[in-house]
Amino acid sequence: MLQENNLENIITTKDLSVFYGTTQAIHKINLNIPRNRITAIIGPSGCGKSTLIRCFNRMNDLVPSARVDGEVVYSDQNIYGTEVDPVHIRRQIGMVFQKPNPFPKSVYENIAFGAKINNYKGNMDELVEKSLRQAALWDEVKDELDKSGLALSGGQQQRLCIARALATEPELILMDEPASALDPIATLKIEELMQDLKEQYTIIIVTHNMQQASRASDYTAFISIDRTRIEERVGVLVEYDQTSKIFVNPAEKETEDYISGRFG
Amino acid sequence: MIQSKKEQFRENLEKRHSAAKFFYFLLLICLLIGFFTLSVLIIDLAIEGGPWLRSQLFTNYHSRKPEEAGMKSAIFGSLINLGLTGLFSFPLGVGAAIYLEEYAPKNKLTSFINININNLAGVPSIVYGMLGLVVFGRMFGLFAPDSWLVQLLNLPVGKGALGGLQFNLFNIPWLEIRLPFGRTILAGGLTMTMLILPVVIIASREAIRSVPNSIRDAAYALGATKWQMISTQVLPIAFPGILTGIILSLSRAIGETAPLIIMGAFTYVPFLPESLWDQFTVMPIQIYNWITLPQAEYRVHLAAAGIIVLLAVLLSLNAIAVFLRKKFEIHWS
Repeated sequence: MLQENNLENIITTKDLSVFYGTTQAIHKINLNIPRNRITAIIGPSGCGKSTLIRCFNRMNDLVPSARVDGEVVYSDQNIYGTEVDPVHIRRQIGMVFQKPNPFPKSVYENIAFGAKINNYKGNMDELVEKSLRQAALWDEVKDELDKSGLALSGGQQQRLCIARALATEPELILMDEPASALDPIATLKIEELMQDLKEQYTIIIVTHNMQQASRASDYTAFISIDRTRIEERVGVLVEYDQTSKIFVNPAEKETEDYISGRFG
Repeated sequence: MIQSKKEQFRENLEKRHSAAKFFYFLLLICLLIGFFTLSVLIIDLAIEGGPWLRSQLFTNYHSRKPEEAGMKSAIFGSLINLGLTGLFSFPLGVGAAIYLEEYAPKNKLTSFINININNLAGVPSIVYGMLGLVVFGRMFGLFAPDSWLVQLLNLPVGKGALGGLQFNLFNIPWLEIRLPFGRTILAGGLTMTMLILPVVIIASREAIRSVPNSIRDAAYALGATKWQMISTQVLPIAFPGILTGIILSLSRAIGETAPLIIMGAFTYVPFLPESLWDQFTVMPIQIYNWITLPQAEYRVHLAAAGIIVLLAVLLSLNAIAVFLRKKFEIHWS
């Protein structure tokens, strides 16, 4: 299905289903996420995009009623295996949320937090500077590192959250609609930043914004409600391919309807 | 075809505006009545008690001569009692609140506990006094000479007022333990702790609950364990709210009389407590004591002066609470 050659997968799902209590949210999703690429997950509201992305770092564990079936394989290991510690997984897989959620502490403390709780022994000042540079925020905040993270603008806050995620040295960064609360200029900055980051990191981004997916991603997974079980609103993977293919010449009629704005 | 309803509107603006005005004045009067009552109280106290706010009030104990009478032991008793109550209720209340907010599973037992905490906050304080006397003061009579426990273990209990079991913990001289606690300042502090604990728990839970879930998610996503998330993010953010709740609870405790009367604080105490095992009295009880005396100097003037001191402590506690809230308030954007 994937066109590029020599592409290594960083994370793979096998028949991944998630249930909240007795209601199923997503059904048997199989995805191979390529390393050092940006993969977008698109689909209509309530189809389980966020549920899916929260499986990759076991954030779903925090919802008491959630139950996960199937496998998520990350570095040759099913992260839902019994011997896997979710705390360890979350250190390796960073996450950026829909609404910027900096801690009500200084910019410096925000970045240093992840390193501190994970017993980072290196030079903290260097780590903070490196992370802020990577998130293209250093020049804007370098003179006021002790200013509260909440005092930054929305776009800066979101880049602070990205820098915070980078500070724990993850391989994979999950972004759950990272620009949905931002204005177009701040959104563009985040997208440019993603392009810079993919040299070193792999990014999975959930987005509502089809232009964003087509502009910013290399691969696109389209998730939609299972047509055969429409009452239950269960999310299934409809199509997954290179972004250029999905947006120019989709294989499925449903994908074409969605990206051309006929539903969703 | 639906007809236009324009002609069915009766705007009647004059009447609606006068109703608005009427309620404005009604609400203003409600406020003024409360304000007026408080002003009368304070002015009356200042006239009756002002001249009696003299140094003897703070340096002397109760005396048979009104001009020499003071409330030193009551002031110290209140402050020590307050300190002990704060010391006990802070860890207990915050701990219970953290458990209930962050750890407790959502089941019938938890909701039963929730209902009971809310009910306990409304239990009359004298009930806590009786509970405190039985649990802390007498310890169910377990250390009386004829109790089954004493006979079973052959404990060396004493008789009389200082009876019960006495020993030094780890043989350290100043770590003296007396069982039961008796009518001591320790038992008083523990009783007050029970009294304010439900309110402390409720206020702490409120503060913990107001920490946005996005902060919890952010900490988890960076690889924090549950306890790291709570101790490094939730508690520091909730701390001002928790502190405010505790201080306001303490300012309720300082005015409480009934439970401590039962605990034996209704006595003439011409000394300052030197250890947790001393008898004590508190300001409201001293004031009540004076009010029951026939001479006007006690009944009117000294009582009023005592109330001024009590109010001053109370208002400064509330002021500290407001200050802390303002200082540490987080403005989420």
